[in-house]
This record gives sequence, structure tokens and C-alpha cells, in this order.
Amino acid sequence: MSSTMHDTNDTPAAHARWTEDPVLTVEHLTMRFGGLVAIDDLSFSVGRGDITALIGPNGAGKTTVFNCVTGFYKPTEGRIVLRRGKKPTDASIADLTKTGQQYSREGENGIYLLERMNDFRITATAGVARTFQNIRLFGGMTVLENLLVAQHNHLMRASGFSIAGLLGLPNWRREAKRAKDKAVAWLDRISLLDRADDPAADLSYGDQRRLEIARAMCTDPRLLCLDEPAAGLNPRESAELNDLLRSIRDRDGVSVLLIEHDMGVVMEISDHIVVLDYGKKIADGDSRAVRDDPKVIAAYLGVDDEEVYEVEEDLHRDDPQAASMKTMSEGDQA
Amino acid sequence: METTNQPTASNRPEGAELESEARRDAMQGEPPFTEAPPEDSRFVRSLKEAGITAALVGALTVFFFIFRTDIGSGGLDLTLRPELWLVWMGIAFGARFLLSYFIFRAEEPITRYFKRPSASRRKPLPIGKIFGVAMLIVAIFLPVLLDTFLPRQNRYLLDLSILILTYVMLGWGLNIVVGLAGLLDLGYVAFYAVGAYSFALLSTNFDLGFWVCLPMAGLFAALWGIMLGFPVLRLRGDYLAIVTLAFGEIIRVVLLNWYEFTGGPNGLLGIPKPTLFGLEFSRGDDGFAAYFGIDYDPIQRFVFLYYIILALALLTNFVTMRMRKLPVGRAWEALREDEIACRALGINTVNVKLSAFATGAMFGGFAGSFFATRQGFISPESFTFIESAIILAIVVLGGLGSQLGVVIASVVMIGGIELLRNLTVLEAVFGAGFDPTQYRMLIFGLAMVAIMVWKPRGLISTRIPSVFYKEKKKIGADLVSQGEGH
Repeated sequence: MSSTMHDTNDTPAAHARWTEDPVLTVEHLTMRFGGLVAIDDLSFSVGRGDITALIGPNGAGKTTVFNCVTGFYKPTEGRIVLRRGKKPTDASIADLTKTGQQYSREGENGIYLLERMNDFRITATAGVARTFQNIRLFGGMTVLENLLVAQHNHLMRASGFSIAGLLGLPNWRREAKRAKDKAVAWLDRISLLDRADDPAADLSYGDQRRLEIARAMCTDPRLLCLDEPAAGLNPRESAELNDLLRSIRDRDGVSVLLIEHDMGVVMEISDHIVVLDYGKKIADGDSRAVRDDPKVIAAYLGVDDEEVYEVEEDLHRDDPQAASMKTMSEGDQA
Repeated sequence: METTNQPTASNRPEGAELESEARRDAMQGEPPFTEAPPEDSRFVRSLKEAGITAALVGALTVFFFIFRTDIGSGGLDLTLRPELWLVWMGIAFGARFLLSYFIFRAEEPITRYFKRPSASRRKPLPIGKIFGVAMLIVAIFLPVLLDTFLPRQNRYLLDLSILILTYVMLGWGLNIVVGLAGLLDLGYVAFYAVGAYSFALLSTNFDLGFWVCLPMAGLFAALWGIMLGFPVLRLRGDYLAIVTLAFGEIIRVVLLNWYEFTGGPNGLLGIPKPTLFGLEFSRGDDGFAAYFGIDYDPIQRFVFLYYIILALALLTNFVTMRMRKLPVGRAWEALREDEIACRALGINTVNVKLSAFATGAMFGGFAGSFFATRQGFISPESFTFIESAIILAIVVLGGLGSQLGVVIASVVMIGGIELLRNLTVLEAVFGAGFDPTQYRMLIFGLAMVAIMVWKPRGLISTRIPSVFYKEKKKIGADLVSQGEGH
């Protein structure tokens, strides 16, 4: 654990939630594609009950980190630990790592070594759900069906692996009803209930984004990974998204890890920001600390290291927050 | 917009650029229009199109229609038939002119009534449902209907109905794999063969009856479905199609060459007929007729076979429809839509694919075992690639994922081919020497092309949702993904 945190700024990280009670720790993660090093010895933590943003310029390796965490890539090196329930000791994690098993679970508590698990098993057993940068809904299925597919594993057991379902046993019927109620409740929450019977491909872009988040939430995750949830949203939709993410954090108690380019969204809702550049972590802290970090600004503006301090001086001359944020978001979208 | 796009002194536009800017200004923000070229009248345009069509037909058929060669004394006799050529060009001209004038170029095409009123408030009549129920009722009473109205062709038509129903069942089975799970399977006949040989071998070697062997044959076929499923799990698109095609051929070649076990090209003989609770449909004293005290008639066995295949087909349909509403069926369709999204939702796509292969194969096995008992004799000849192709064509023509579409396509494809055999009416049109059986494949091919042109996603291409909140709305084919290999 102690090796995971490298305090890069003034934040007293020792008291931060992400070091005290992390739900996910990424330790020394390295991902190479042939000769290309996409992620280089990256370590960070995601606090339980936090909204954590992973930001960085294009090509910094954010989506690669996501794909490693959710099992779509097998990392070249490193350990990714997901903790559920009561805080496990470092020793127990080390023991599990030695055994070669994928996870250990005792009731609600558990330790999951994600780098050893398959993509679908990470969602099914560890409780990590994700969305995609280019929305991946089941376009030819209705909105309601999309949310029912997300409850597949639970419903599969309830249907007795189709046997009880084929016979139409009452237990299965009850569970099917419950699943539908859950889906309807989520549709109500993302205000798409009136579109429940429309094909998902017919929804507008912003609605599709919200539906994809709701679909991920229907898998009952502990950690929700969102890849650019605000991309292509208008300001109103962006504000709705912020409310949704906050309610997921506060009402459902689900930790959120998100990649985002829209600095408005990031600064407003994030409890914790990790900044990547060229596969390395260059800053880690709350929004205030990251916003003022000269390295971050330099990375976004594409400045050499020597010039970083000049930039910093510039920033402190006029209103530091507004100016830096404006340039960051613009520089990124360019 | 106006202020930012103002050219500054440094980048003043020239030439064509200047012209286009002037034009843009003149339009004042309207989208750029170009002047439409002067149009011919409807009549002239139709004539032009008809002329082009006639010329094309003429060019394409000049050698086939004008010159006719017959084997004569000392070589070939050449006869010239320019009038035939001209007649066909005339037909093409007339047909295209009528089409152009009344449909393509008409302000109000006469076909407009066929178009579904899209924005109508009224709830549309559930034509599909009514049609399906009507078909089911006809199917249940078919032997009675045939006996009453067509007693002379009774046996032939009943046999044909059994054949059609076998293909309906095969189509429904393949529909699970191709239509629902979106996995293109070109070797479906392999499971048909496995089912047939399982039953034949079990019954001849262990003296087991049809009803005992039927579930076992289904089970064996499902097992082979899983065995096929494993190697193709990671394959997509064309590669999946090729490997399944190869699998179908492997099964056939093994059956052909494993002489000691399968009898090789000689096939297997003496496969028992199905019994009704131990009653055989034979002339003997312990037969069906004698037991019930009615006169023996060979047709009784056909009626019995008909009801067996009807029951099997309906079972296939029932299970498929039921499974669509279960999580496994929904996962099949989700897999067809987006496999990566499925995995991100924690769905084990390996199990989903294998379950689709196994379920589809199981019904193929049932159908195969019925085929074996109906024929009483099987050989590898019956399980060639063309069978796979026909079954796949039924599914594709009917509309991927549509149960009713498969029925219509089977009736049209299997029944239609047979019907062409008996169309003596055509002789009146084409002369006494016309033999429709020679042209049936041509007509059949034309029909297929026509369906694919007008209905590229099959006869019934809409998808009905498996679950609904308020209202069951059909989903258009353009939104539904076709899955791998299409």
C-alpha cells in the first residue's frame, strides 16, 4: 500500500480518503504494445465513495488504464486490487498475490486481483462496470431490454439456467418482475421512462450516454468506470450528468472512476483527480491541488519542463483558477 | 458568423473563391441550391427508360434468342428466330414502360396503398399474429382437409407437407444460431446428420425405438454443437462461416468413409418406424388399425408422421419463443448486437455462444432423427452442403430472427419448387414442349433475387421486443444488427 502513493503536491495525502480507504489500487501498472509503452509504472488509488477523475492530454493512456482495470487488456506488469467491504490488510493482499488465486471473498468482504481476471468476470464477480467512449448500446433492442441484459447473471441464476424459466416457475416470475421493476426505476431516474419501449439506437446522443450509465449500474457494481461520459453533451445535459453521477455516489454508494475531457465536469464533481501524461502520473490530488499544479498546466499546453515555472508565474499573476481552467479545456479540445 | 468569416486584407479571396463567396452572400445563409435541369414529361421519361431496358434485354439475349442450334445430320442445324428476340424486347419495353409510368415516375404511384401508413394513430391490426394462428389451425387440420378436398393427391401432398415441416423445424433451429445469436453457421446440416445417424445406429444396434432415441439423438447433436462451438468461439465474420462450412463437410466425409460404423456410401437400412405407444402402423393383427378396429390404410402412417413432425416443430417454436424472453435468449440477441458490450456487462460470452450452438444443434438433431425414421434409410448423400444452404436461405429469406418468416419461406421454397413441377398451365403459355421442371431452378433463383431486391432483410424483417413496459413496438430492421458474418 505504502508504495502506491507518491505524493506529488502539497495535499496532505496521508489524510485523503483515497489513501485511507481505497476501493481500487493500481500498483506499478505497465502496459506495453510491442515497443510502445502506453503506461509506464503507474500507481494510484480510487477512494471508496469518491468520484475520481482520470485526466490527461490525448494519447496519455487513460483509456488503456481503463481497459486494464476492466480486463479488456492484460497488463504487462503491475497489480490492480479491488477491495470490497471491510478494509483488508496489506498482508492479506500480499498473501492472496502469492497464492495465485484471482480473488478471496468472505461474505461481503473481498479482495480481487483484477489483472488476473477476465473482462466479464471482473464485472460479474468483482463488481466493476464500465461504459465506452463510443457508446456501445444494444441498438436494436429496446431501452428496457438493454437494462435487463445488464442483469443477466442474476436473472440466469433466478431462471435456473433457463430450466425454471422454461417451465415458468413462480420463483422465476417473481425475479423477472423484480428485474423489470429495477430497470423501470433506473429509467425513471434518468428520465427515460417514456422511451422505455423504443429501440436504444433511436435515442438522442445525450440519452444514450445516460442509458449506458444506467445499464452499467444495473450490474450492481461497486466501482463504476466511465469513459468520457460528458463527450458530446450540451451544457444542460452535462449538468444532468453531474447530478446523476453525484446521486450514484451518494445514493447508491458506488465509487466512480471517470475519464473526462470536459474540465467543467471534472472540476465540479471530482473528489480526486489523477493526471496522466505519456503513460505516467504527473499529478494526483483534489481539484484545487491539480488545477494549480504547474506540471499539469504544462502538459496541457505542451510546454517544455524548463518553461513550466514561467507558466506558473504567469498564472499567479492574474486570476489563477479561471485562467488555467480555460486554457486547459481549450488546449485539450484543440 | 458574419464577423469571423469576413476576409481581411491579408487573405483576400480571388477568382473562383470570390465567385463562390458572392454566391453565398446572395443566398444569405440559405443552403446552396443548384438549378434543376429542365425535366422531361412523365411520358417521355418513361419511354426513355423503357427504351434503355429494351436495348439492354436485346443486347443480352441476342445470341440466345436469335440463334438456335439443334443437333442435325452431319453437325448442327442453325435456325434463326428473330421474331422471338423482338417479342422479348417488346415485352421488356412494355413492362418497363408500365412500371415507370405508373410507379417509378408517377406522382401518386399505384402501389401507394401497399405502403403502411406510418404515422397512423390507430393501433395496427396484428396481421402477423392472425396469420400465424390461421396457419397453425390449417396445419393442425391439414390431414382432414386434404382427405376431404383432395383425396386423390392426399398421400403426395401429405408427404410434401411433412417435408416442408421438416424444413420449418430446421429453419427454426438454425434461426436460434443465425437469427438470434447472429453467428453465421454454414454447416447446420452436420447436426441434422448427427441426429439421423444417432437414431439409426442406436435403433439398429441396440434395438431401441423412436421415442427413446429421439431425446438421445437431440442430446448427441447438442454435444456436437458444443464441440463445434469451442473452436469457433473466437472467430468472427467470414472466418466463422468458413469453419462451420468445413465442419459440415467433415461430418459428411467421416460418415462416408467410416465404413465399419456407418455403412459408408451404402448408408444404413432398416431404421424402425415410430410407434404410437407400441402400436405399429402395419397391416398385422397387432397394428394400429386392428387395435382400433378400423380398416388398414397406408395413409394412417403418413398422418401419424405428419403429426409427429408438427409436434416437434411446434416444440421448437415454443422453446425458442420462450427462450427469447429468458435471460439466455436476451443474451443471444445482445451478443448479436454487440459482443464487447456483453462482456462489459459481465456476460460470459463463451457460455452464451455455446448455448446457442447447442440449442440450435439439438433441434437439428431432433429433425434428423425424424428424417431417419421417415425415410427408413439414410446415407451421407442426404447431408450435403446444399441442404445447409437451403436451410440458411430459408432463414435469410424469411427474415433473420422471425419465426413466421421461416414458415413462409419454407412453404415458398420447398413447396414452391414442388409446385412448379406440376404447373401444366405454363405449357399453354410457352407451348406444348415446355417442361416447367427444367426451369424451376431458374424461376426459383429469380424469385430469390426479387425478394432480396425488395426485401433485403427478409420477408419479415422487424424485430419484436422480448419485453415491454407500456406498448410493444416493432423495431425496424435498419436498427437491428445482423451479427457476425453478414
